[in-house]
Amino acid sequence: MIGRIFKEGLWTNHPIFRQLLGMCPTLAVTTTVLNGISMGLAVIFVLFFSSLVVSLLRKVVPHQVRIAVYTIIIATFVTIVDIFLKANFPQISKALGPYVPLIIVNCIILGRCEAFASKNRLSLALLDALVMGGGFFWGLVTLASVREILGQGTILGYKILPPSFNPLIVMVLPPGAFLVLGTLVAIMNRLERIK
Amino acid sequence: MKELVLIFISTVLINNFVLTYFLGICPFLGVSGRLSSAIGMGFSVIFVMTFASSIVWLIYHLILVKLNLVFLEYIVFILVIASLVQIVEMFVRKYSPSLYQALGIYLPLITTNCAILGCALFMVARNYNFLEAVVYGFSAGLGFTVVLLVMAGIREDLNYCEVPKVFRGAPITLITAGLLALCFMGFSGLIRA
Repeated sequence: MIGRIFKEGLWTNHPIFRQLLGMCPTLAVTTTVLNGISMGLAVIFVLFFSSLVVSLLRKVVPHQVRIAVYTIIIATFVTIVDIFLKANFPQISKALGPYVPLIIVNCIILGRCEAFASKNRLSLALLDALVMGGGFFWGLVTLASVREILGQGTILGYKILPPSFNPLIVMVLPPGAFLVLGTLVAIMNRLERIK
Repeated sequence: MKELVLIFISTVLINNFVLTYFLGICPFLGVSGRLSSAIGMGFSVIFVMTFASSIVWLIYHLILVKLNLVFLEYIVFILVIASLVQIVEMFVRKYSPSLYQALGIYLPLITTNCAILGCALFMVARNYNFLEAVVYGFSAGLGFTVVLLVMAGIREDLNYCEVPKVFRGAPITLITAGLLALCFMGFSGLIRA
């Protein structure tokens, strides 16, 4: 069971590259690696605590209203993250903008609450949340690294490409997000095929 | 009046919800396979977005701001949108069965469409007045529909193309969306800042 959670969350059932969930933050905030890391951490936090509460309440919540209850739980933790970022990291909060509150409708979180946390005991639900969050995190960082390196020649703000490199501005603009993600998904398909 | 036209044009074409803010990507990728389903989805979104934008404006300015409860905004917005979709669904089912048939399964799916919540958040962040909020909600929905229809048209043609195996499915759709986003960038000169 535990091995399967790891394998699915990080590779075979990867939230971004396999299930294409949570596309909105994935494409929007990955202009720089720093933004990608902050969004990844925010999602891990929300996913962890929502799974905790959902798993604890799994025998209490009536079946008919479960989606509404999960949404309110998620919205509560997102509000906490948003207020925390605004107070302590105003610059990151500004860079991520409306995409922090939009974590509420990130299908990964609701999907994990519904498909896993509401059916499994606390320890497994927490592990699944961390692993799925980790899968989302590495997906964001990969996408953001490609876009930052090609678009600005930097990574985390440090220049790594020679000055003769001509940045491909399109990579940090919206179309670049679609193009890079499409290519990455194709590469993942190719890797899967070799296996 | 001039402001309203500016909001309309810039929301539909220049700052398109799907192609520049990446809102509503899930239905955009999921429903754009066939033109007929794209039309149903598009009109449901226009409908719900216009309503959601106006009602969220009323609740935000008349209740949350007055009672100093702004920190509850996200929870309230998502609840308003979810219940609004429910009400719209019941209303349409009762009074226009033919429209209900046409929109069918797309109405409940809209609750999880991040474009609706995004629209509410942007509308509040930009301090629009009521009329502007209504126009903003309508044009955001229209922009979503326009892109969805264009994409559905392209994808129907794409079925007859020979796509390399690893690019079939999601990758080619994403790359098509990227090229579409590049085309839409051409509109950015339409309004002088």
